[in-house]
Amino acid sequence: MPRPVQYNTKVKMVEIPEGYSGEGFFSTAFDKIIGLGRENSLWPLPFATSCCGIEFMATMGSHYDLGRFGAERMGFTPRQCDVLLVAGTIAKKMGPILRQVYLQMAEPRWVIAIGACASSGGIFDSYPVLQGIDQVIPVDVYVPGCPPRPEGIIDGILKLQDLVHHESTRRRHSPVYKELMESYGIQ
Amino acid sequence: MGLTNEIIQLALTEKFGEQLTEWEAQYGLLTFTAPADMNLKVMQFLYDDEQMRFRFLTDLTAVHYPERKGEEISVVYHLHNLVDNIRLRFKVYVPVEKPDVFTVTQRFSAANWMERETYDFFGVNFIGHPNLIRILNVDEMDYFPMRKEYEMEDPTRRDKDNEMFGR
Repeated sequence: MPRPVQYNTKVKMVEIPEGYSGEGFFSTAFDKIIGLGRENSLWPLPFATSCCGIEFMATMGSHYDLGRFGAERMGFTPRQCDVLLVAGTIAKKMGPILRQVYLQMAEPRWVIAIGACASSGGIFDSYPVLQGIDQVIPVDVYVPGCPPRPEGIIDGILKLQDLVHHESTRRRHSPVYKELMESYGIQ
Repeated sequence: MGLTNEIIQLALTEKFGEQLTEWEAQYGLLTFTAPADMNLKVMQFLYDDEQMRFRFLTDLTAVHYPERKGEEISVVYHLHNLVDNIRLRFKVYVPVEKPDVFTVTQRFSAANWMERETYDFFGVNFIGHPNLIRILNVDEMDYFPMRKEYEMEDPTRRDKDNEMFGR
């Protein structure tokens, strides 16, 4: 006797932004639609160096599924990804490499620093460890923890989604952003 | 009778005499000291001799002893006789102003990167090394971090203060 079919009726949907709709059309602000599209399809680039990388792998697994937030495709190439997830201790020798990976990503790009070592050097307050990746690249979300629980990493991704949703499409051309990039020496 | 620490000590003193000093056996591991310019000769003898057969270099590192004036940096070689399963440690002391030691890369290729690491962290200059540059630290680093005068903490960090973080 085969198992009866089970239909998943509890699918969570994203709400439509407010706008004016009519027969066969729906109009809203550009920003809202683009924000919605971007936030729900963030493709992450895992840059996992140490233990936080393992926690990240657990987050990607089926128990704490990150794919349900749109991050199903982990492209391991910076050319095709939106979010750079830096998980793990970054040594000073790795700094220029991380910068190179960040530069290869196409706009719009965001960075999440997962764990204590990526945010601030963590417990490794010593000469070879970079004390926080924000010394080489601009970071959007910091997830504290050593290592953070998968729920914590998911919380970080959700905060990033909030950021992405409300980001204006002209942000990348604004003088504030340009100044930020200048301070890192990135064109 | 198999090779033992006493036999090794006897054979070495027979060949090199009084130049090898500070014999001790910590936890069963025979340790001795040789003058800095003789390190290659001693290792060559230990390699070639059919009874000694110390043909495996396990480890090559350095220790900084600031109290021993005139011979502060000690380069430590760990050798292993794979056939009889005997290990040996021998140390070479050099002054910190001119830390020159002959390289053993021709005899043991493993020494190549190990000597680079020793140079990177202690500043020991290995004469004759094919490529003596920094290996684990950033290339622009201008000091030798594992020497005792340098602290472990990152020198560029400004926001952590010493009392709260117990440095």
